[in-house]
Amino acid sequence: MLEIEINGKKAEVPEGSTIIEAAQLAGVYIPHFCYHRKLSIAASCRMCLVEVEKAAKPLPACATPATNGMRVFTHSALAVKAQKSVMEFLLINHPLDCPICDQGGECQLQDLAVGYGDTKSGFAEKKHVTEGKSAGPLVSMREMSRCIHCTRCVRFGQEIAGVMELGMAYRSTHSEITTFLGRAIESELSGNLVDVCPVGALTSRPFRYLARSWELVGHRSVSPHDSIGANITVQTKAGRVMRVLPRENDEVNECWLTDKDRFSYTALHTEERLTKPMLKQGGKWHEVSWNDALDYVAHGLKDIAANAGSDALAALAAPWATVEELYLLRKLMRGLGTDNVDYRLRRQDFSLDGKYVGASWLGMKIADVRHLDSILIVGSFLRKDHPLLTQRLRHAVQKHHAEINLISVTDDDPKLDLYTRQNVSPAGLPLALAAVVKEVAQIRGVALPELAFVPESEIAKWIAASLLRVKHKAILFGHVAEQVGTAGFLHQLGLKLAELTGATFGFLGEAANSVGGQLLGLGKETNTRQMFANPHQAYLLFGFEPELDCANPAEALTALKGAKMTALFTPFKHAPALEYADALLPLAAFTETSGTYVNIEGRVQSFAGALSPVGEARPGWKILRVLANTLNVPGFAFTGSEEVLHEAWQEAGVSVDAEGFASGLNNNLAVTPALTLPPPEEMPEGALERIADVPIYFTDPTVRRAAPLQETSSAALPDARVCAATLARLGISAGNTVIVRQGAGTARLAVAVDESVPEGCLRVAAGHPLTSALGGMFDPVFVERV
Amino acid sequence: MSIMGAINPVLTAGLDGDKSWRLQDYMARGGYAMLKKVLAEQIPAETIVAAIKASVLRGRGGAGFPTGLKWSFMPHSLSGDKYIVCNTDEGEPGTFKDRDLIHYNPHAVIEGMAIGAYAIGANRGYNYIHGEIWELYKRFEEALDEARNAGFIGQSILGSDFSFELFAHHGYGAYICGEETALLESIEGKKGQPRFKPPFPASFGLYGRPTTVNNTETLASIPFIMQMGGEAFLNLGKPNNGGTKLFSVSGHVNRPGNYELPMGTPFATLMEMCGGMRGGRKLKAVIPGGSSSPVVPAETIMKCTLDYDSISKAGSMLGSGAVIVMDETVCMVKALEQLSRFYHEESCGQCTPCREGTGWLYDIVHRIEAGEGRAGDLEILLRISENIAGRTVCALGDAAAMPVESFVRHFRDEFMYHIEHKTCLVPKEAQWAGSDFYCAEA
Repeated sequence: MLEIEINGKKAEVPEGSTIIEAAQLAGVYIPHFCYHRKLSIAASCRMCLVEVEKAAKPLPACATPATNGMRVFTHSALAVKAQKSVMEFLLINHPLDCPICDQGGECQLQDLAVGYGDTKSGFAEKKHVTEGKSAGPLVSMREMSRCIHCTRCVRFGQEIAGVMELGMAYRSTHSEITTFLGRAIESELSGNLVDVCPVGALTSRPFRYLARSWELVGHRSVSPHDSIGANITVQTKAGRVMRVLPRENDEVNECWLTDKDRFSYTALHTEERLTKPMLKQGGKWHEVSWNDALDYVAHGLKDIAANAGSDALAALAAPWATVEELYLLRKLMRGLGTDNVDYRLRRQDFSLDGKYVGASWLGMKIADVRHLDSILIVGSFLRKDHPLLTQRLRHAVQKHHAEINLISVTDDDPKLDLYTRQNVSPAGLPLALAAVVKEVAQIRGVALPELAFVPESEIAKWIAASLLRVKHKAILFGHVAEQVGTAGFLHQLGLKLAELTGATFGFLGEAANSVGGQLLGLGKETNTRQMFANPHQAYLLFGFEPELDCANPAEALTALKGAKMTALFTPFKHAPALEYADALLPLAAFTETSGTYVNIEGRVQSFAGALSPVGEARPGWKILRVLANTLNVPGFAFTGSEEVLHEAWQEAGVSVDAEGFASGLNNNLAVTPALTLPPPEEMPEGALERIADVPIYFTDPTVRRAAPLQETSSAALPDARVCAATLARLGISAGNTVIVRQGAGTARLAVAVDESVPEGCLRVAAGHPLTSALGGMFDPVFVERV
Repeated sequence: MSIMGAINPVLTAGLDGDKSWRLQDYMARGGYAMLKKVLAEQIPAETIVAAIKASVLRGRGGAGFPTGLKWSFMPHSLSGDKYIVCNTDEGEPGTFKDRDLIHYNPHAVIEGMAIGAYAIGANRGYNYIHGEIWELYKRFEEALDEARNAGFIGQSILGSDFSFELFAHHGYGAYICGEETALLESIEGKKGQPRFKPPFPASFGLYGRPTTVNNTETLASIPFIMQMGGEAFLNLGKPNNGGTKLFSVSGHVNRPGNYELPMGTPFATLMEMCGGMRGGRKLKAVIPGGSSSPVVPAETIMKCTLDYDSISKAGSMLGSGAVIVMDETVCMVKALEQLSRFYHEESCGQCTPCREGTGWLYDIVHRIEAGEGRAGDLEILLRISENIAGRTVCALGDAAAMPVESFVRHFRDEFMYHIEHKTCLVPKEAQWAGSDFYCAEA
């Protein structure tokens, strides 16, 4: 520790602190613009100049290390003169029209100008004007004259987003922040640029000129869009969500949000919201009252249970449904006499059901990811599936050269320096991982006869060496590793590898509440696949769209079309559901309900509703409560979601510790890992292996309806991507339109050559209406010429 | 040949032949003998650094920092790549000495760099050459080829265990890349913007490795210091101002060009060597060390000797030794406008006071020159200069501020006249007469 004196106040600060950090600890504010605690030091705005005893010139507090016995003065004549002059310089070319600036009221420059500027300036020349730029649908760069060249945005791109999409071109007053040759900003973290920009230069396009910051009421909430459960503040005005901002939590999302978390609210107040319950009667849809709707569903369930037995009922919920909703849905089904409930919509392999010791999780705290030195990631579209976890990995690479090894099914650029990367077909994942296990076993002198036949590979040697070399290491499974048909076997291989290397084994996590669902014990008795493959007579579908959110849309649709009754709990009118559903029940959106998610590190995060549901939509737990009451299922006398949560945890035997982490997290299996490779699935003649990613803005119903996100390049129409060699074998040229067929389902897609797609594979995205008639995400697929 | 004269020349001695830059010619002048000696006798690095310290060779790029001291900052014990970088990014108005060294005596620079690398433990070197002197970049590359072929640079030089790879790198003409850390950024392929210091290059330099950056003239002096010994070199000049130095004289003299003079030579002697003032006109003012040094009125400069201490006492800086001579036909407002425009255009735009301040300075000086000056402008100019100086990331801010302050201080009457009468104190006819361009037209 160092002792330093700031404005006469003594403070103990850690070794290596800068003056600005020391001041923060001492409770002294030093004005600044270019300094941002998550970014590298630029020391260029000069706003933080302070007087340091024995220094002839004022020194920038952000870049000057504190030394023992240093005496700093932030309000001395020298410091104030420097701060005033810098403020004058900053303002000479800055438009002084705060009342018409979108940033007005929440502008660092405005605030500091009041606090540290003079009321008058000697400047009486022409102001420099910078032309606005167009940077895509999310970030507005229309008013670049407001830029003060702090370069936070440039550093954010390089250091956090991993892609330098913005730079400062030209020199002197001609300097301007610009995208490269007029390109749009495409990073999945681009919304953070709006936050890091201290002035009104980079603003949120969806939010621009819609409200003033002081009109907004903030509500704490949690993002439902990925497995980390980013902490958010939902800002509302007059019953509408106006914008979503990050709520700082260094343990979870730090001060960042993905664009998905930030802009998904744009779907909430659109025409597509379902505002009244609807029933299909005589082939026609009618808006009805809640009473009628729930009566109808209740009767349907009762009748079918009575006639065909309660096993004819099935309930499926989205993995982003809250703990309360999942719990009540199962309680309701149990009340009707069945355990047919699952939330694992995109899984195909349920062979480990009944063998899990606990809920599958990251295996460590999210914040600890950046301390890892060697990581093996298996089967992940890393950057698009886990933007903020990837950002932490990026930090590990930048700060201490962590070695990241990626075995996956495409070459999608994670925008971080990988140590090794191996690109195999989905069916090739077990062999690729087994090669690493075998290599490590050989080095460790452990005999693994089951893997004797696995061919050695150079990359496996590198990965093995990397994992064995360092102390902090992990093996992390992505979406693909959880969703392929061999997921259970991969899990066992992963466990074995963790055991042999001493690495942590974990999962990056499929969705906001995958861990919560497993903690509740959902899906122990049955699973999604069974419920769709063996058609049931009644389906309750909670919060998702089956043809877009399931592993095998064709199978799901077949089952639903054959059912006697399908009720869809949904926040949105969903056109395809008009075909197969009988009842549409308006569900509150994530901002309109209270609830709880358990994120991938097991953190239990409850949130309250930010505003009342749109129209007659109601929070899911309340709908389920009333439906149960209608059905006379006992035990549904809840008056608040907290009561539901309490009962849910009690019933599941889950306790939540003082820090908010759930018990029962465990990636181990109750059986010794079986390492005998399952026989490869027979590929039909002429078939290719499908690789299906769920592109970042197709992942859930809300995101799919967020117009600004849908305008980005990440939301481009799916095409059929294939490598040149495979294409030549098929006798098709790039640019052709083809029919992609899985079973009876087809999709007409344009063909694109993509050398990152392994030989014999076809990459066709899921989660989009264009491909929603197709079958399994990693199943055989046929390509036919039109 | 723009080396116009010398007294006791060292760097420019024997450069009269038209092949002076060739390896053969350099070796005939005794070149590379010192490198051979250093390697053959395995002279300890400390001995070399001690000799340089004894010579009181001060950085010739403008700052005048003692070279021996700078070299001693390099961490010897650290393994891995270390760099020596030669700064030939000569871009300051008035400065044109290093280009002549590259032109006529490139091997002295190469030998100096090799000895320097040996002394500081560097294994790689770069010579960053100003982008607007492309022919000289090519010439230096040719000299490098010669040196490489002769085994003076490369692996296991002259059979010793000392290896040193040297490369030429040309910039694209940005003045700011002459600032040593901006230069390093530029070599790394980034935008040339100065880094915040500390850390200094000796601990975090090129590609994050320990690096020493020296001026071309500084490095070219090294072999000669080794040859004659530190003491002898020092004694060429005067105490605390060792050796000889190149002075680039431009402006209203009869024989502008480069002159090599011992430190401490009277300014009057230099003027004589330059053939006196053009057209016999009266000397008005001199900028003694490149455009970033404060202007000195005639009566003061004529009493000075050419060394760091004397010029400093006169309120200016010896800088790079670029002597800009102005006669009585010069409008000082116009002269300052030129300088301010230069600094405005060349500011890298990184830090606030320089980016905004240099533009503001130029705006005002330009307005005064254009007859649109306002009462109070001079006070604002001085205030802006004061607010830039000492508050920027690098010295460009100071460089932009100093001329303003000195021009206004010494020639306030001309500025006031301009503001009040919307025209120059020096009659336009006199200015035209003093300008060759207008004479030619007339």
